[in-house]
Amino acid sequence: MAQAAAAPKKKVEGVPEKLHVWPYLVRLEFLCALVTIIALTVWSIVIDAPLEEAANPTKTPNPSKAPWYFLGLQDILVYFDPWFAGVVAPVLIIVGLMLIPYLDVNPKGNGYYTYHERKVAIWVYCFGFLVLWIALIIMGVFLRGPGWNLFMPWQYWDPHKVVALVSVDLPYAFGFRDYTWSAIFGGGVLLAYFGIGTGAYFFMERKALKSVGFLRMLLKIQLALIMMGIVIKIVLRIGFNIKYIMVTPWISV
Amino acid sequence: MANKAPQIPNIAEFIHKIKSGEIFSDIAKEITESQLWTSAFRHGYADTPRNRVLQIASNVWLHLHPVKMHRHALRIKFTWCMGGITFLLFLSTVVTGVILMFYYRPVGEYAYYDMKYLQYDVPFGMLMRNMHRWAAHAMVITVWLHMFRVFLTGSYKPPREFNWVIGVFLVTFTLLLSFTGYLLPWDQLAMWAVTVGTNMARATPFLGNEGPFAEYVGVTPRYDARSLLIGGSLVGPPALLRFYVLHCIFIPLIAGALMIVHFWRIRKDGGISGPL
Ligand code: HEM
Repeated sequence: MAQAAAAPKKKVEGVPEKLHVWPYLVRLEFLCALVTIIALTVWSIVIDAPLEEAANPTKTPNPSKAPWYFLGLQDILVYFDPWFAGVVAPVLIIVGLMLIPYLDVNPKGNGYYTYHERKVAIWVYCFGFLVLWIALIIMGVFLRGPGWNLFMPWQYWDPHKVVALVSVDLPYAFGFRDYTWSAIFGGGVLLAYFGIGTGAYFFMERKALKSVGFLRMLLKIQLALIMMGIVIKIVLRIGFNIKYIMVTPWISV
Repeated sequence: MANKAPQIPNIAEFIHKIKSGEIFSDIAKEITESQLWTSAFRHGYADTPRNRVLQIASNVWLHLHPVKMHRHALRIKFTWCMGGITFLLFLSTVVTGVILMFYYRPVGEYAYYDMKYLQYDVPFGMLMRNMHRWAAHAMVITVWLHMFRVFLTGSYKPPREFNWVIGVFLVTFTLLLSFTGYLLPWDQLAMWAVTVGTNMARATPFLGNEGPFAEYVGVTPRYDARSLLIGGSLVGPPALLRFYVLHCIFIPLIAGALMIVHFWRIRKDGGISGPL
């Protein structure tokens, strides 16, 4: 008996590296498909898709929410003007994602799970995906109520909740009252952020410059600075009531 | 006397058969040698290496696969099966979507009532609608998970860079498919979610009427990036028709074509990535 049980194990160890797709993969795919279809069918029998009253252009619901998968972007609207949150940010996300294989030149961790061989890459992706995308979606679905105000799950969604608008622009907080000088100051802050960030990165990674390449490093740090900038701006708004960093007649950031 | 006694099943032997798994081949033998079976199937399947290869190579649906693959790529722990599940969910939306199209008219006066009709009068209409919607939502989640897996295993690294790029197009089109479909029930949820979403186009730099630098281009609310998308200055019947065409024809065709290229590239890039 003991021998009979041990025999198959030995056999598995002796199996060659390459296996036939039929039956080994096809049967797995079949099982996966079966489980998926059963789960989908049960879900569809148990829970009905929503259908509210007929569309009515004169009756705006409060809050009006985008489909759930876009709520991260809708939440960024609190901190940025629509041209950034609704247009530039999505484009940057798509382009930035497409650039990943060309910017990440670390040859390690190709085709297997590893944290230690590519810590930075994993951290950046997990932060972007789990925090800036998923966490904001969860917040948008469950915590954003009328007027896009924050409500805790136990709080009543009061459509008349008053939230004081006390935010000021960064130049104003620093005492600038003149339009032109505010714009120059704000622009200076942004330039300094990107300039110093880029400079510091190039200095720290100067040894890698030759192997990685100038353009790669430049693009990498710009995308990283933009991502960090979004977080910084969220913190500035929530912690310090800062609305814009730079205000000009054309665009404000 | 002894011969006439009823045969007592040997329990020990029976249990041994169960434990060793022999019972399965016994049952299989019972079935495949039955009259019903042999009348339907003219000959058996001999599990030879040659037949294993032919099963894949001479089947139009299965030949997307290689005939042999590395052991490591078989592990669910490695792929999470997420790409395959995404594809299956896409196929489910195609099937249920075609059925919904028989009953749905993308016209302002009809759309909402066609939904009601589907739900209350069409046999299995509600189920088809539920499956279509939930498969679409699930597909959004699985495609994100698939992408997450591909990132964690570093599978976008050479030689698979370009398949990652195709993948980013695919995730974008998956979201657009879901978004254009969101409008079609033509209820309050649909209209206002799409209003919120398409309002963003108004802020496109240069091309949206409220976007930065719009005044230099001269776009107006009735003639800008947003009105191109929704066929007017607010989400009305023209938007419904546009989203319907995009949802049922344009985006599925593009996404389908990209999936074909995606699968082809997996093969050309040497199969599923692995530690080598
Ligand atoms: C409609 C969407 C998609 C479908 C149906 C799809 C399907 C698949 C399938 C079936 C595989 C085989 C391995 C597996 O199941 O994991 C795969 C692999 C792959 N996918 Fe996708 N995919 C989609 C979207 C994406 C996205 C969004 C990305 C990345 C941005 C991506 C990048 C890749 C890469 C790089 C591989 C090769 C993985 C490896 O070699 O380990 N795909 N895809």
